[in-house]
Amino acid sequence: MNETTFAGTHVVPMTGAVADPFVVDGVKLGSRLIMGTGGAPSLDGLGAALVASGTELTTVAMRRYSPAETGSLFQLLEDHQIRVLPNTAGCFTAKDAVLTAELAREALETDWVKLEVIADEHTLLPDAVELVDATEQLVARGFKVFAYTNDDPVLALRLENLGATAVMPLGAPIGTGLGILNPHNIELIVSRASVPVVLDAGIGTASDAALAMELGCDAVLLATAVTRAQNPVLMGEAFKHAVIAGRLAKAAGRIPRREHALASSAMEGRAEFL
Amino acid sequence: MNIRLNGTEQSVADGASVSTLVTQLTGRSIGPDGRAADGRKLGVAVARNAEVVPRSQWHATALADGDDVELVTAVQGG
Repeated sequence: MNETTFAGTHVVPMTGAVADPFVVDGVKLGSRLIMGTGGAPSLDGLGAALVASGTELTTVAMRRYSPAETGSLFQLLEDHQIRVLPNTAGCFTAKDAVLTAELAREALETDWVKLEVIADEHTLLPDAVELVDATEQLVARGFKVFAYTNDDPVLALRLENLGATAVMPLGAPIGTGLGILNPHNIELIVSRASVPVVLDAGIGTASDAALAMELGCDAVLLATAVTRAQNPVLMGEAFKHAVIAGRLAKAAGRIPRREHALASSAMEGRAEFL
Repeated sequence: MNIRLNGTEQSVADGASVSTLVTQLTGRSIGPDGRAADGRKLGVAVARNAEVVPRSQWHATALADGDDVELVTAVQGG
């Protein structure tokens, strides 16, 4: 099979996931799709969608233990051997986010954390000031911070310089499915980053994920685009292919955009009809 | 004595440890190292008065009257 070289790795068409791992914090993941577990109506359906998506990393939230409904999600992820990325969803302050991350590290025995510090429940947008503060504190405490951030190239670089393991700019606000509202900013973030860039939030359908990869993102994180799709299993599979397609397209190099048409059939040698 | 567990008042035996409380709630037997005796992961964490109690300290940490305890686990979330 033909191989194309991209960023020092070999991308094998159709099996790109195997030959082109997503490396983060020294860990190789076979898929560039990180599928969150949020928004699924049932655990059975969630399991099937996770498997269909091919994801090897998934997000979870930390909440009060309830004897009635416990163990099953944790067990599901253990059964499918999907690595866990706990989030700090629902935290409005650096203080709460740090405590939540500490609890997650204890409960799940991972120092990876998706740091989410939101400003308000209406926009669910990251609060830049609290985010910077929390990143600094968590890095100092030995966490590997996956920072969920605004699509702000300045802030993204700040977070990287503070020691974030990955920066995760939003495409659009959480749960909106509006896609990538500012592709230029995402490209700018990617071009200046030395840590993995993960497009997180706002993804609505497969083409949004492909675009994220074409813009140069290292991976895509989404949840509701799959879990709330009419057919989550089918959508999970669609995203699996979308990230591979986008990654390959980026490696292949797209043609430049042109103002006017450019024929692909030669004009020479045409038959002449008198 | 009374503590607040996940936002609800609850009475526990005087001098009960964090370990005892976790066992009561999860129904799992817990060793002195804070790990489940059945060898499977517990997947829970405890904060006492807004500070994490590492599992290695559960056994040795006695609860006090009026303590505010949060016991959390992983749930679905993006």
